Amino acid sequence: MKKTLALVTALGLISSSALVCATPKEDQERFQHYFETRFPKVTKNDFGNGVYAIDAVARENWEAIEQFPPYDPAVSNGETMWKTPFANGKTYKDCFPDGPAIGAKYPYWDKKRSMVITLPLAVNECRTANGEKPLKYAKGPITDILAYIAFKSRGQITNVVIPADDPKALAAYEKGKHIYFARRGQLNFSCASCHAGNSGNRLRTEILSPAFGQTTHWPVYRSKWGDMGTLDRRFAGCFKQVRAKPYKAQGEEYRDLEYFLTYMNNGLPLNGPASRK
Amino acid sequence: MITGRRDLTVSAVALAITAIAFGATAAESPNGDIAAGKAIAMDRAKGNCIACHVLPGGASPGAIGPALVAMKSRFPTKEALTKQIWDPTIRNPDTVMPPFGKHAILTEKEFNAVVDYIWSL
Repeated sequence: MKKTLALVTALGLISSSALVCATPKEDQERFQHYFETRFPKVTKNDFGNGVYAIDAVARENWEAIEQFPPYDPAVSNGETMWKTPFANGKTYKDCFPDGPAIGAKYPYWDKKRSMVITLPLAVNECRTANGEKPLKYAKGPITDILAYIAFKSRGQITNVVIPADDPKALAAYEKGKHIYFARRGQLNFSCASCHAGNSGNRLRTEILSPAFGQTTHWPVYRSKWGDMGTLDRRFAGCFKQVRAKPYKAQGEEYRDLEYFLTYMNNGLPLNGPASRK
Repeated sequence: MITGRRDLTVSAVALAITAIAFGATAAESPNGDIAAGKAIAMDRAKGNCIACHVLPGGASPGAIGPALVAMKSRFPTKEALTKQIWDPTIRNPDTVMPPFGKHAILTEKEFNAVVDYIWSL
């Protein structure tokens, strides 16, 4: 508990300390320092492996699963999607000329539109601009195209930018930060309740994963789901677990949350898609 | 969303604390309530105390909160324990323990049974 309080205080969320407004860069340094101090044996890059960085038994199972990765079919389906022209003859490449290895470009702040653009949103905007139906955000075909892009983006470094010349970008970051630390739902948990101050602790038999590293590897094949899911799906699952009503997939709230959380993870290599319990 | 309901229930909560703390059921707890309370404490969809606390006879407990043993040495009165389970954020605003009474996570009957059980430990 003292440690949760330490992080909450460090990030300026307690009213008395909010007088001193931390910059995103200061938040990020404190956030990463918090987890590196809490888990001194974990190398920085290993944080991207989630709970497997801190749970030796689970890691053995996970490494065995990774021998035949359960996300492989999604990657190959996604490659087919990438290469198959839309009805108008264009392809994803026309929307993403640098693609498919574009993972580290997202999420980013679009100054003209005054909003955070995530990769799933960009994928659907590409589709609708070319006369195709948008894909549902939680699961299904969107995980295929995202898995292919993630696979091709492996090794790129998380590098989210909060442009200093647009106060609205900072406001979106602050909104995401607030969502991360606000308590919600009947069970009264914040994201940080479990994944900051209690990361590494056991909730019944499960070890809670650290927040540092949680954005590097989407989409994920999750054994609990028995299929692939996006970060949107995971966010909604967390909200339901604390008995709160999830926000709309790819609505402003979750995009801002992704913006904040990915910024906290700057410097970590992308390693998606991944398999998780 | 639950938060919408919170304001409406504030006054009811104050009344309910009084009722639970001083009601007739609190003083005389038949063993049936203790057994029912234990079942609720172990039930993942109900109290789920075992997710975070060591409980006597509970398999694979979590390790977020303290072991629930020797409760009478840790709480001066049953009323104090009742208040703690009703809304632990009063004593510690930063606790992660859910407010089982305040947020109506348990029904009044279930809540009373859990208090009886925990107080017996």
